[in-house]
Amino acid sequence: MIFEKIRTIIADVLEVDPETITLETRINDDLKADSLDLFKIVNEIEDTFNIKIEYAEVIETVEDAVKFVEEQTK
Amino acid sequence: MTRSKIVGVERELPEFTADNFDLSKIVDTSDEWITSRTGISRRHISTEQNTSDLCIAAAERLLKKAGWEPETVDLVIVGTVTPDYQTPSTACLVQAALNLENAFCFDLSAACSGFIYSLSAADKFIKAGGVKRAIVLGGETLSKITDWSDRSTCVLFGDGAGGVLLEATEEDCGILFEDIHSDGKKGEALTAGYRENRNPYFKGEPHGGEFIEMNGREVFTFATRKVPESIKHVLEATNTSPDDIKYVVLHQANTRINEVIARKLKMPHEKFYSNIERTGNTSGGSVPIALADMESEGILEKGDKIIISGFGGGLTWATMLIEL
Repeated sequence: MIFEKIRTIIADVLEVDPETITLETRINDDLKADSLDLFKIVNEIEDTFNIKIEYAEVIETVEDAVKFVEEQTK
Repeated sequence: MTRSKIVGVERELPEFTADNFDLSKIVDTSDEWITSRTGISRRHISTEQNTSDLCIAAAERLLKKAGWEPETVDLVIVGTVTPDYQTPSTACLVQAALNLENAFCFDLSAACSGFIYSLSAADKFIKAGGVKRAIVLGGETLSKITDWSDRSTCVLFGDGAGGVLLEATEEDCGILFEDIHSDGKKGEALTAGYRENRNPYFKGEPHGGEFIEMNGREVFTFATRKVPESIKHVLEATNTSPDDIKYVVLHQANTRINEVIARKLKMPHEKFYSNIERTGNTSGGSVPIALADMESEGILEKGDKIIISGFGGGLTWATMLIEL
């Protein structure tokens, strides 16, 4: 569930096909997101899951984001 | 009911411009990097003028165009974080240069919201009845508080000034509504211009912070959350449909920020005027410079409703609904 939501957010912000995004996808390297794209993604994740992600830099892969959200929403 | 009506808008930019290629010779950056992350291609940089010079030039043209005699001006406010001096204020320097002998004059410090904060203050003086005519300016020479060895900030800013004439009116136009805020607890996200205490008794450590320092994510998040909220509030409180707004003139900090704001408001992108490509972020100067550019392009007409919104250091943000 968390993965699907995060995948939708990333696909929406970067305007890419959600099907191309897997847990292993690296947001910067594979999807060519720059720092501002990452801010947008992290902020959307914060708003969607009602959590606080202090350092955007901790999110490198989609899996990092999913794990972070899982931890925070336990 | 007395309102404040805008009767003229002008701007002054230093003649010299540096494009991204020029900056790539000073710091390790590239046109592609700057353009894709900020929307900025070039910026005006002062080679000799100070903030007051830019403000005086804009104010002089304003008076001339409107045919106002200098002695009829009651108030001058300059929104700036880069005044020539702590005292006299930039507004007093404008007064002296243009012989505005009956005006009272002061600077207002609210960074990138400085022009709109200044408009708000002038509007209150007009509504209170003591002031009939005011000159409200926003002007900066940010190049003097920019760290020219820091590639993450020096590419963002430019110099320039703009302003408007405000006049008391009984017509139902001018500044119709405002939403104005500060959040001092987040002030460290964007700082500049710290002055060390050099008195012989001072025991504190040197502080640093002379130049602009910014927490990019904090500022991005603040702007993209608070500004749409503020604009929505102004529209709802005045029962104004987004369709009735001809243009939204946001502080020109970063195209990417303004794209997110437009998207969150679900308003057509064409309604968001942008000149950042050729000016960079001129802080307090950005909104009046944009308004002056819009006027010279002939896209503003009497009766148009526009939204102006500033956001930045303080943190501060402010939105106004204006009928021209």
